[in-house]
Amino acid sequence: MDQAPGIALQLLQSILVVSAAPLVLGWVNMCRAWLQNRSAPSIRLPYYTLVKLFHKDAVIASTTSPIFRVTPYVLFGCMWLAAGIVPVLATDLPFAPAADIIALVGLFATARVFAALAAMDTGTSFGGLGARREMLVGFLAEPAMLMTLFTAAFISGSTQLTTIVESLAHREFAIYPSLAFAAVAFLMVLLAENARIPVDNPATHLELTMLHEAMILEYSARHLALVEWAAAIKLVVYMTIGFALFAPWGIAEAGDWGAMPLALAALAGKLALAGAGLALIETFLAKMRLFLVSEFLSGAFLLAVLGMLTHFLVRG
Amino acid sequence: MSEPLSSQFVNLLAALLLLLAFAMLSQRRVLTLIKLLAWQGAALAASTAIVAYATGQMHLYFSAGLTLVLKVILIPWVLHRLIDRLYIRWDVETLINIPTTMLTGIGLAIFAFSLATPISQMASTITRSTLGIALATVLLSFLMMIVRRKAVPQVIGFLAMENGLFFAATSATYGMPLVVELGVALDVLVGTFIFGIFFFHIREQFDSLDIRHMEKLRED
Repeated sequence: MDQAPGIALQLLQSILVVSAAPLVLGWVNMCRAWLQNRSAPSIRLPYYTLVKLFHKDAVIASTTSPIFRVTPYVLFGCMWLAAGIVPVLATDLPFAPAADIIALVGLFATARVFAALAAMDTGTSFGGLGARREMLVGFLAEPAMLMTLFTAAFISGSTQLTTIVESLAHREFAIYPSLAFAAVAFLMVLLAENARIPVDNPATHLELTMLHEAMILEYSARHLALVEWAAAIKLVVYMTIGFALFAPWGIAEAGDWGAMPLALAALAGKLALAGAGLALIETFLAKMRLFLVSEFLSGAFLLAVLGMLTHFLVRG
Repeated sequence: MSEPLSSQFVNLLAALLLLLAFAMLSQRRVLTLIKLLAWQGAALAASTAIVAYATGQMHLYFSAGLTLVLKVILIPWVLHRLIDRLYIRWDVETLINIPTTMLTGIGLAIFAFSLATPISQMASTITRSTLGIALATVLLSFLMMIVRRKAVPQVIGFLAMENGLFFAATSATYGMPLVVELGVALDVLVGTFIFGIFFFHIREQFDSLDIRHMEKLRED
């Protein structure tokens, strides 16, 4: 059996996600600037930033251990792998057997552990503070994320992302209250995990409010570029998981190259819409106090559990 | 998924009802609680109207209309007037830790669902699967009445419980006879007025609506 086209497609998909991630970030920033009546920066600004950072010389604190140096590559690698196993364009990929939702959550957890370790490794108070806050958010968001994914898994009878997408994309139209609950919970987890506004402000370096930024303060040059790139990929991967679970229309069939342009167009449209929606959420909400994050995320967990229970009760 | 569309809509509204019950459980502000109560009434009226349309039962249209007038417009309006008069419009109540309350609520919901599953398997109505949700709403309103200290949120919990019971009646047996429903609706309305009078008396006596003060009223 010929594996070559599948592998080519797999490579194409992961390269597409990795290279398009800064573009999506630029689009979100652009929409946000428009909504706030500012003149928008160029949509290519994240690329310029990355290029600039790659040309600088890296500075590393003399007290750090190798973990600090390795972490940017681990983060980038984890996110690249995640981009490879989530069905973004097509469902039948060589990596598909690895696309188990539990493995995916584990992959994100690995990245989070390394980021926190590296932040603590520098020995600065900001690093430790950021790491502790990140772990607080992480341990609250992870069960909610798993419950959300389990709801979709129960509906389609499998924890394989590709199987979930296939069974959800080809069902006849029906209203699923459980999926509606899960979608809201997933949105809340997405905001928390990607350090977006109600939980964290990605545009601030104010010491009291930083979560994600506090962890990466010590990074410079190519390390910083990789960390930020990884964050952008993470956002896109979360968005595409959301599409895969809750709006899987337009995704290409197994080995169907003719459907590829349509899948690409659908993906671009969905990403544009999701980016604009994210900017809208970030404009309308204010950042909440750190201690309210536990309420926010227990709300997400509650919604996810309700979704699962509703599935058992009404079979839909 | 061979269920008819009306049944799917009822399920969706039932899920919304449950969600609103949880939202009320976690809400600290009195004003928002009243708004949530009105929304719960609206979801109830809509689901009753859909059941009426799907089953062709005329009297359910009446009870849907009655719910709309009473629970979406009249009672919230009365409660608004009350909290204006009592100057507690912006009252914020400290609760026992909200995540704990929510987890207790999830436990109650699981209990209600497992209790209702054997019953709904015997029923033949199109709305049978929502019985568990109705039961969960009743229990959650109960929980709300238990964990709240102030009088007004307790009354709102009571009204939410009535919503849940009404929904249970609709989903289990397509509603009670119209006479009974009229009686219950009138009872709820009169109850709200009486509670209103009670509020003023409680406050006159204790200078507060915190019902812990009522423990002092026992005879020695």
